[in-house]
Amino acid sequence: MSKRGRMSGNEAVALAIRQIDPDVIAAFPITPSTEIPQFVSRFKADGLISTEFITVESEHSAMSACIGAEATGVRAMTATSSAGMALMYEVLYVAASDRLPIVLAAVNRALTGPININAEHSDSMGARDSGWIQIYSENAQEAYDNMLMAHRIGEHPDVMLPVMICQDGFITSHAIENILTEDDAKVKAFVGTYEPEHHLLDPNRSVAIGPYGVSPYVFELKRAQAYAMEQAKGVILSVAKDFEKEFGRSYGFFEEYRMDDAEFAVLLMGSAAGTGKVAVDRLRGRGVKAGLVKLRSFRPFPAEALAEALGGKNKNLKSLAVMDRSEGFGGFGGPLGAEIRAALFGRTNGLKVVNIIYGLGGRDIRVEDFEDLYKELDAMQGMEARDIPYVRYLGQREI
Amino acid sequence: MAYNAYSLKEVASKPERLAPGHRMCAGCGSTVAVRAVMRALRPEDKAVVTLATSCLEVSTMTYPYTSWEDSYIHTAFENAAATTSGVVAGYAAKKNKGKLDETYKFITFGGDGGTYDIGFQSLSGAMERGTDMVYVCYDNEAYMNTGIQRSSSTPMYADTTTSAVGVDSVGKPQYKKDLTAIMAAHRIPYVAQTTFLGNFKDLHHKAETAIYTEGPAFLNVMAPCPRGWRYEEADLMDICKAAVETCVWPLFEVVEGEWILNYEPKNKLPVTEYLKLQGRFKHLFKPENAVLLERIQDDVDRRWEELRLRAGAL
Repeated sequence: MSKRGRMSGNEAVALAIRQIDPDVIAAFPITPSTEIPQFVSRFKADGLISTEFITVESEHSAMSACIGAEATGVRAMTATSSAGMALMYEVLYVAASDRLPIVLAAVNRALTGPININAEHSDSMGARDSGWIQIYSENAQEAYDNMLMAHRIGEHPDVMLPVMICQDGFITSHAIENILTEDDAKVKAFVGTYEPEHHLLDPNRSVAIGPYGVSPYVFELKRAQAYAMEQAKGVILSVAKDFEKEFGRSYGFFEEYRMDDAEFAVLLMGSAAGTGKVAVDRLRGRGVKAGLVKLRSFRPFPAEALAEALGGKNKNLKSLAVMDRSEGFGGFGGPLGAEIRAALFGRTNGLKVVNIIYGLGGRDIRVEDFEDLYKELDAMQGMEARDIPYVRYLGQREI
Repeated sequence: MAYNAYSLKEVASKPERLAPGHRMCAGCGSTVAVRAVMRALRPEDKAVVTLATSCLEVSTMTYPYTSWEDSYIHTAFENAAATTSGVVAGYAAKKNKGKLDETYKFITFGGDGGTYDIGFQSLSGAMERGTDMVYVCYDNEAYMNTGIQRSSSTPMYADTTTSAVGVDSVGKPQYKKDLTAIMAAHRIPYVAQTTFLGNFKDLHHKAETAIYTEGPAFLNVMAPCPRGWRYEEADLMDICKAAVETCVWPLFEVVEGEWILNYEPKNKLPVTEYLKLQGRFKHLFKPENAVLLERIQDDVDRRWEELRLRAGAL
């Protein structure tokens, strides 16, 4: 039986960790993900988990230890944010290349410059080409559910890739929400066990992990990784199907909110989707055909499915705002904006697209901001595509 | 000191755990150190070897070949000790859950660049956490893999490609970092410094003690590099002997905090007897650089007296 409980995103992730009871956790404190290793320490002190807990001296060492642990054929997890993830970047690539399905609880926070502890996606966006699966959560419920699905996705024999489950710092990680949690036994049964074919501690067969890769092999190795990421798409959907069957909550690559006959839509990831949905409801009440798409799986990027949802099957959609909580200095917008445009290119009929940068350094985005944005989308209909700016900043004070 | 009965012939007849055919240079100390350390493993015990990025790493595990008979992992340059922390934790998890019967030992090798410098934090962390592992630094006193750049282990006045000798430079201006003492300051159960001498008894004993001491152990092994130090391949052992006889590289152990000096030369040789064997110190023998030789001698003397004091030999 599902239970109702009030908890923060960090608590929800910690609960998932307790239920999964991974073999090894290596973590280093950084706001706002610090609570997760604190909970792990508490669980250990109270005898609730069997996890080996490595209190490393940096995030670089946290990921390095996760690689070493996962390479022995056990489950390893960590949690981090912001600069902590940036410090891991080098070894994130190694984890993916070694095909080690480590699971990382990412609590998104702005990268330093200047130092700021609030929500932004700049940290995980910097890791978007590292070979990790990236799944974004709107709220504590999704952070919990996504964490329960993470191992099933990453450890699938066709995938064998590390997974980061992202939630927005403070907005999700620290706000208390009312969520549904599942029985320990049911979670354990759903997550299952991990028995990889190759690992360091096989007494009958020594293995070598992380060799020097000479040019005749590296290209093929990376191609194999790209193929695994492609395979992950099907696995993400099939695990979601199993999850729905078991726990009743439904997930896909993305969520389409009131999109059936939508003429104006925003596409975004993370907690702002909740605010956007309230705006959509208000606008619908006034007869405005507003809709919202919340992307869940950013890596792998479901380009075809998005193109189908936004262009192929939705003939009414006239204008779209793609929203990035991350700046792409010197580019022409954020990473999500660039990738959505590329995915839609040549596959939609006259859909007008603008990229919106919002929420940097934890800047709040309000329902009213979304309402204004939908007004803008309405106005965009009558504009020539070349007159629509590639990118606009929402919620920034004039300077 | 009480060494176990030791026979080089006997230990050298054990199956090699680092197979020949790797791509390391002739006359390199690194593989000599590795083979000597690996010989100290009991044949029935399995091992997982971690390597920091290094000559040793790129030359012994070049996909799709490996020279290592044991399981092996490399992740990056600065994180060998942290990587091993994870491996040891994975092993503990399997053992605690009754999923593994075999005994494994965990041995990590890094060069001085990966140990004294970029991997220093990771090493310090793993030692402080009490990880049951052996970290072996094969100290060749510069970044050899990238082409002989100075490290914090490079001795004063050595000529390297980033402490070049010229009209305005006499080589590396700074002293060598005393990493072995720093590791002893971590209050781990076993720290030792050694190199290649005679029948390798000292190195064998220290490797065996390090491997079979519960908890973290650190071995610092002087392992000369013919390219960086500029000597003839055949002179490897002579250089190590000179390092010990001049007290440039004393042999000692720190066992549960107790400092033990393993060897005191009857006639401590002048440091020039060590320096003259190597091209990297050639410039020091110009008449105008006599003062530099004196400074090196003074430093070696000071460190030697400090060590003797710590070991209660004074």
